[in-house]
Amino acid sequence: MADVTITVDGKKITAPAGTLLIEVCKGAGIEIPAFCYYPGLSLQAACRMCVVRQEKVPKLQTACTTQVAEGQVFFTDTPEVIQSRKAMLQMILANHPLDCPVCDAGGECELQDMSFKYGVADSFFAEPKNHREEQKWSPVVYFDRPRCILCYRCVRVCGEGMDDFALGVQNRNSSSIIAPNVPAHLSGVVENGVELAQLDCEQCGMCIDVCPVGALTSGTYRYKTRPWEMNHVATICTHCGDGCKTTLGVRSTSDGSEIVRGDNRDKSGINGDFLCNKGRYAFDFANSTERITQPLVRQANGEMKAVSWEEALSYVGKKLAQLRDSRGGKSIGVIGGNRLTNEEAYLLQKFARSVLQTNNIDHHRTADYVAFAQALAGTTDRTASLRDTLTAKAVLMVGGDPTNQNPATAWNLRTAVRLNGAKLYIANTAEIKLRRQAKAFLHVSEFGYGALVAYLTGDDSSASSAVADVNALSSFRDAIKAEENPLILIGSELRGAELKHLIDFGLAIPGAKFALLGDYANSRGAADMGLLPDMLPGYSRIGPIETQPFDSKTAMEFAAPTEQGLDMLEIFDAAAAGDLSALYVVGSNPIARYGVDPASLRNTFVVVQEMFLTETAALADVILPAANLYEKSGSVTNSYGDLQQVKKAADRAGVRTDFEMIVRIADKMGADVRKLVPFGTGVRADMGQTRGAQSGEADRHAVWLTANNLEPRLSPFDPYAILDEIQRLVPGYGLMRLQLLSGNDQHLSPSATAVTDNNGLCQISNRRDLILPSNDTLFTSGTLGRYSAMLSDLRQNEALRRLPQTDQTAAD
Amino acid sequence: MSTITNTIFSPELAERFDKLVTIYPVRRSALIPMLLYAQDEVGYVSEAVIQEIAKRLDLFDLEVRSVLSYYSMLRTKPAGKYNIQVCTNISCMLRGGYEILDHCKSKLGIGHKQTTADGQFSLEEVECIGACCWAPAMQVNYDFHEDLTPAKVDEILAGYSDGKGAK
Repeated sequence: MADVTITVDGKKITAPAGTLLIEVCKGAGIEIPAFCYYPGLSLQAACRMCVVRQEKVPKLQTACTTQVAEGQVFFTDTPEVIQSRKAMLQMILANHPLDCPVCDAGGECELQDMSFKYGVADSFFAEPKNHREEQKWSPVVYFDRPRCILCYRCVRVCGEGMDDFALGVQNRNSSSIIAPNVPAHLSGVVENGVELAQLDCEQCGMCIDVCPVGALTSGTYRYKTRPWEMNHVATICTHCGDGCKTTLGVRSTSDGSEIVRGDNRDKSGINGDFLCNKGRYAFDFANSTERITQPLVRQANGEMKAVSWEEALSYVGKKLAQLRDSRGGKSIGVIGGNRLTNEEAYLLQKFARSVLQTNNIDHHRTADYVAFAQALAGTTDRTASLRDTLTAKAVLMVGGDPTNQNPATAWNLRTAVRLNGAKLYIANTAEIKLRRQAKAFLHVSEFGYGALVAYLTGDDSSASSAVADVNALSSFRDAIKAEENPLILIGSELRGAELKHLIDFGLAIPGAKFALLGDYANSRGAADMGLLPDMLPGYSRIGPIETQPFDSKTAMEFAAPTEQGLDMLEIFDAAAAGDLSALYVVGSNPIARYGVDPASLRNTFVVVQEMFLTETAALADVILPAANLYEKSGSVTNSYGDLQQVKKAADRAGVRTDFEMIVRIADKMGADVRKLVPFGTGVRADMGQTRGAQSGEADRHAVWLTANNLEPRLSPFDPYAILDEIQRLVPGYGLMRLQLLSGNDQHLSPSATAVTDNNGLCQISNRRDLILPSNDTLFTSGTLGRYSAMLSDLRQNEALRRLPQTDQTAAD
Repeated sequence: MSTITNTIFSPELAERFDKLVTIYPVRRSALIPMLLYAQDEVGYVSEAVIQEIAKRLDLFDLEVRSVLSYYSMLRTKPAGKYNIQVCTNISCMLRGGYEILDHCKSKLGIGHKQTTADGQFSLEEVECIGACCWAPAMQVNYDFHEDLTPAKVDEILAGYSDGKGAK
């Protein structure tokens, strides 16, 4: 739209015609108060706080609905306007309780701020307040009726934003209330003889987030503390692959510091306004009393005994060194986790390859990132950021169920459809809820993705095995091919060759960008960092040095065995055959995940770094109590390849980070820690005494640090020492430090070497179960989710769902 | 359009609803007329009515409930066979509307929004029913009774009791 110039309080402002006055003023630094206005949601004009005087218009106008046009003149702070706002506040406060000293929102309340600003200490209203008891709508959402100021933000965010429509406004006039979707007489929930209304929804808590007052409060946080008594640390949520930024409110306790609240106070993150139930409530595993806080070593009689760190680490170091030397590195297996930081994942594989001398390293692969990276090898600007899901004009989604598995992606897609008119094409074997926003939905037959991909790439004969309704297929394909710059989102069901062919199809469309949706905070990072038996960090294939591409810096520097190792399944096959001398598991639960027979590990020395006594930890000879993602620093990479900083928020006495434990075990094994973690003044300066690739060179790391204006790190426990090495060696991780340290996200593309033969994919086609989509729902989060009390409450609540699910109803 | 099998309405009303949803630019616009017609047939807006109407209009039950709770002429509990609505707005009030209302209350022994034990009568105090020229007025189901006096009210109520007043 053309720019127009308006005058606000005598100040000339230029803005595109049709922009809302409230937004124009915000941009120009003129504050207009509003309760009901919320950017991105439909306009309500209910609160009348944003009234302004417009020249030549008889009545005061609401700035939240006024679109600017050439030559308009507004006044926002005349006595008339202020008097009007004051009167509105008096109306709102007529029945608003003055319980700020105990209200959760006290200190963060928009009504409190406005009352303070406009000074409505006294009121014309002398009527007694109409008090109602607070209501528990679900384990996480509580409603305090008298505090509600009827701004309708919650109603709109639930309907428009979440597509849940679980909140409505009922009754009329002064008895209007916000009502949840299960009325009291149908809920079947009776407390003290009173039937209670219930909320049957996705429990995201967005309504609590947008509530300008304390009417909607969170089950985890209410009446626990005051906002100013917490430290607020913005870090990355550990749960799904979207990697939302969440602000954790933490408070000191006698044994560390506990997380009291997770919310979306910091809206600067990649997730914008959004946070789902897991980010908001499922941090409580960190405070669980079931956590292991002392190293445990199995005794001769089979019992676990708590020992000192020194004793446990010495024992592990001695035993691993002994098994490596007696039975060879090939007899040792290493399994990493999906919630480790990039630095830990990188360090773990470096430790495995250089200290344990094995390539038998893997992790629970929730999606086939290896095939994804290889299929995109040699391309640039073809991978999408999570931010692209908000701005893309056209999106093709094959497989996946973002509503349940990647809620921020789903939120962004809904927003893109609603606000930008994005066209969403969905092909899925299930009738996923997002199809309500789709322009076209293709119901794929069971196991039909392969046939669908074949059809898309031009094999018309596979149409009938892809979908039941063949007629819809050709128009679906034509519609996608006609799109420019589409975003292609791929669910974790697609692996190996199918995935590669789908990407090949998309690469033919100009400007198409791709993303593969995995689960857990750092599944993508684990693959990028080379927790793989056949790939070094950055997806460069392990093999003899002469087979490596010329510029593969990782291969050049890594003194890794040149033979590919055993993958996750082969490691356990080896254990069953008695060939596995030791297994080192860092933050993973393969025994439960892959259904491994516990008996197969009876002759294996098992070391597990874990927070809880999981099925895997229960078999361990040594359990080392680990910190979780909320208790450490570093970086993680989400499903899309967006790198973000993780900041230490909470703390628990007795646990250590996985990073520290790996370094200490390496030290106890007699390894040179300086070679593992480059710290201090350089690793080595080779003046030609040795032969090989690095003969005659100065310490490359030190040279690189100097060239990049970075200081040497002072501690072997500093994750940034490893981040330096990642940045130096891992293709695709040429990150911007300032961006990372400012808490911003940055998009990285994986940079795999192209696969000319089919060997890279064959492993997957042989063992499809190697890639094991997590299939988490809104209320589960792998093994970790079992230890969140709030998630288990929500699962129970979910089992009682009373209404037909939204995803089974047709869209309007 | 949702096809409704096992409708709870009479075939005539179901047919009427099938047509009703097609004549508005937006389907949900048919909500209020549908609620009124359904109430006339069923006697009140029951859970089953809410659910079927929501289904017919592709709305959530909650949206139907939100609209339903706004309008005082829609009720979620059965009324008496004869629902007496006495106007007490300005014209009726000036001409003795409250007297009529009080008379009804004492005569029937029930209050506002209550129903007699035998289920014959229910009473409501309502806002303007558009009969100001003949105030005070009351409406029994869809019949208007004007220029009321307590004596006239007795006569009308007796008529309904005898089954004569019902059209």
